[in-house]
Amino acid sequence: MQIEGPNGAGKTSLLRIIAGFSQPDDGNVLFNMRNIKEDYDGYAQSLLFIGHKTGVNQQLTAYENVTHWLSVHGYTSTESEIYSLLGKLGLVGLEDVPVRTLSAGQQRRVALVRLWLNDAKLWILDEPFTALDKKGVAMLQSRFQQHLDKGGAILLTTHQDLTDTFASLQTLALEYRH
Amino acid sequence: MHVSNSYWTLFCTVYKKDLTLAFRQRAEIVNPLLFFLIVITLFPLAIGPEPGLLARMAPGIIWVAALLSTMLGLDKIFRDDYMDGSLEQLIASPYPLSLAVLAKVAAHWTTAGLPMVIMAPVFALLMNLESQALGATLLTLLIGTPLLSFIGAIGAGLTVGLQKGGILMSLLVLPLYIPVLIFATSAIDTSIMSLAYSGQLAILGAMLAVAFVAAPIAISSALRVSVS
Repeated sequence: MQIEGPNGAGKTSLLRIIAGFSQPDDGNVLFNMRNIKEDYDGYAQSLLFIGHKTGVNQQLTAYENVTHWLSVHGYTSTESEIYSLLGKLGLVGLEDVPVRTLSAGQQRRVALVRLWLNDAKLWILDEPFTALDKKGVAMLQSRFQQHLDKGGAILLTTHQDLTDTFASLQTLALEYRH
Repeated sequence: MHVSNSYWTLFCTVYKKDLTLAFRQRAEIVNPLLFFLIVITLFPLAIGPEPGLLARMAPGIIWVAALLSTMLGLDKIFRDDYMDGSLEQLIASPYPLSLAVLAKVAAHWTTAGLPMVIMAPVFALLMNLESQALGATLLTLLIGTPLLSFIGAIGAGLTVGLQKGGILMSLLVLPLYIPVLIFATSAIDTSIMSLAYSGQLAILGAMLAVAFVAAPIAISSALRVSVS
């Protein structure tokens, strides 16, 4: 599902409420018919959230960032798998330099490696295409399709037009209110 | 790719990350220690190098200096994680946030508190502290500095979302440090008089035990509020 709307309409706020970071003024967020507040840690197992702030540490290397994220979320992976994924995302030779020396697009790729390394059902992505080049966008979209084919759900905000790319796309348009 | 890690793995992961970061920016470890040293050397210059006077004031000075230098690194505990979004990732992990918080506080103590404990004998010598009080100084610092990290982290968690949270954090945290200061200096004073100081130590230990259990929960609630 794509969430659209002008700047300031509340796209990010909505995603943060659904992810459970912010509290709604009114109403509840249900996941599998259960209020996420009742069992947040259980909900978190099915959740992958990548926001504006991607959670990539500037001082650590790309490889360290990925392994840290994996352990924090309870996933395990092999060194060779992580290196080959980083290579696939165009970060060959940059795996072991501090992330702060990488470009904005490369830093975002370091965060997006997580999309290949999780088995969460629900992906919540805030502007995932920001700073990515065309090849990166295409790679991300094909990964989205794989996730959807496996029965996963994606909730994202973007200003890109995705109607032609995904057959099952639903759009939620938010309106700016004063 | 399965959810397979234990709580212990999570603790180690977060602890190791913070230590790695601290060792990559060594100033973070060295600065509080140098600050501690400078504050302690300022006192003899200001009040005069009379050995008796210094020895009398040493427990208070060492502890006030320890308290202030702990404050230096506190602001950093959650700041970077808040800025780059790692905090959100910790909240959105299937593990309790309080466990990650406990690891972060432990890492803060290892880089800020532990060096002070290790250097304490040298500083005690500078202040002409009575030799029988050295044990008490070490013990109170050993029990007291983790307590300072726990209490301080609550303030850091509450103010991490603010632009200039540092001063507000000091105002929040320093009053809460007073009980620690009172019992720690009292223990050292008692030891100078060659009396038993286990009572004060027991109270400090009790405070640490309560903080160990309650502070991570308080800190994670504070962080959730700051992130929302």
